[in-house]
Amino acid sequence: MLYAAVVRGNLAKAFELANTQMFRRAPLPKSYTDFLGHKLFLFLLTVEGLGAFALITLGVILKKSGVARSVIRPRIRQEISRAGVALLPMFLFVALALGFLVIGQTVSALARVGATSYLGTTMVFVIVRELGPLLAAVLVLARVGTAHVIELGTARALGEVEALEALGIDPVHYLIVPRVIGMALGIFALTIYLILGALGSGYLWAFLQDVPLTPGDYFRQIAESLSWLDFALLALKTTAFGFFIAVVTCYHGLAQPLRLEDVSRVAVRAVTQGVIVCVLVDAVFIVLYLVT
Amino acid sequence: MSETIFNPSVIEMRGADVGAMRDVTLTVVADVNWSVQTGEFWVVAGQQLSGKSDLLMLAAGLMTPQRGSCRVFGSDTEAFGEAQIAERLRVGFVFAGGQLFNPLTVAENVALPLRYQKNLSAEEAASVVEALLEMLELTPFANFLPANLAANWRQRAALARALVLKPELLLLDNPLARLGGRHRQWLLQFLDQLWRGHEWFGGRPMTLVATTDDLRPWRDAKKKFAVLHEKSFAVVGFWDDLALAPSHAVKELLAEPAGTTM
Repeated sequence: MLYAAVVRGNLAKAFELANTQMFRRAPLPKSYTDFLGHKLFLFLLTVEGLGAFALITLGVILKKSGVARSVIRPRIRQEISRAGVALLPMFLFVALALGFLVIGQTVSALARVGATSYLGTTMVFVIVRELGPLLAAVLVLARVGTAHVIELGTARALGEVEALEALGIDPVHYLIVPRVIGMALGIFALTIYLILGALGSGYLWAFLQDVPLTPGDYFRQIAESLSWLDFALLALKTTAFGFFIAVVTCYHGLAQPLRLEDVSRVAVRAVTQGVIVCVLVDAVFIVLYLVT
Repeated sequence: MSETIFNPSVIEMRGADVGAMRDVTLTVVADVNWSVQTGEFWVVAGQQLSGKSDLLMLAAGLMTPQRGSCRVFGSDTEAFGEAQIAERLRVGFVFAGGQLFNPLTVAENVALPLRYQKNLSAEEAASVVEALLEMLELTPFANFLPANLAANWRQRAALARALVLKPELLLLDNPLARLGGRHRQWLLQFLDQLWRGHEWFGGRPMTLVATTDDLRPWRDAKKKFAVLHEKSFAVVGFWDDLALAPSHAVKELLAEPAGTTM
């Protein structure tokens, strides 16, 4: 009996140990893994949906470039105006502020090591390659991307998309293509203005801080720091920002049936995903810079 | 030997299960067998949520049947894509709420299908649009946004938009539901004109299908009637057959709602 009790006790300990080890091997409790799995599947489905939507949009842009030009072209001009021209005053203000911020911090840092002659070079690294395009993209996302989701979500909820289909009008061609082209060109143009404004205001602030740098030296430094690759990648990057922001915001507004009360929730989700997409696109271009 | 002329039905549904537009997994009407011939005027009646709109969407080629087949002008709606755009444009659709495009004025709404399909500028489409707006008494509202229009006129603007491409088949989803008495009378008379052949369409008779949740305004010996009830579709026949129909659903659709007057 005693022997049996000892064996039972040892077995119980062994099982307990084995169970504990098994438990320790599992990274998280089941409810946690279920939650993470659910989120992962949702993420993968969103990526799949966005990818398909982007390809469909690209296909329509290429295939229907000559269809209904008299309707689509004015809509593209309208979208360029909305995602570009209308935002110009705000971008000029941001350009002034950006030049001030970067120069203010840079001058104090470079002055400590006596390297203020690298001011122009620093501006190219910080503003031309990174902050300018990213800031322009995020500002356009906030101002215009949100409006896209709300407009398209409301149109979907009110059955206007079905009405387009009933009239033989491709909703992607009529609603999405002008927004994508308008936003891509709008962000490209605004980034150029933002960079030019920030470089100009940068010198202004440097001058006000008594940095011993002539305008000629400052702009020569900038010109020497720029290569053809900067121009090519800047154009590609800003166009990619515009394309992907428009795709994300239009996808959330249009790709699924919505009720009116869903629109605000979807708008928040679209803006969050838009920011994530911008950061991912930026990361790809950083790798490209590093590789080349 | 007699010569046979191949004249396909305008709408031909065989064993078609109709899904819901909002949830394609849901079946709202099952096993529809229905044939609409050129020049017929059909009224499909059913209570709310009986699947009238979904049946009409299927007939317009905006959905595909879950089971069975649906052919419009001889083309299977399963294959209704870009290549069948000409077939699709032979069908006009008037939604229950009008579904006008909110950022566009009434005139722009009416002009849009014409401009898109024929690649016309606003100026080039203006004469056709003005004539159509005048015919439907919409000229004073040409520059109104849909949000600033009463439901009666929104419905009429939606009708103008559906007619601008001169369709051969016109589908109307519960067109009388939001109309006042005068507008109801006007619409019923106008639809009769379209059916018999309106001069704006060169006198060509149009095939019409309208849905309704109240059969009484549609009384006419020559119109054909069908009823949707508990997921089933039943062809009743002409007006006189309605009175003889034993179905409780038909009696409800013919009854005057309590507390209302026509």
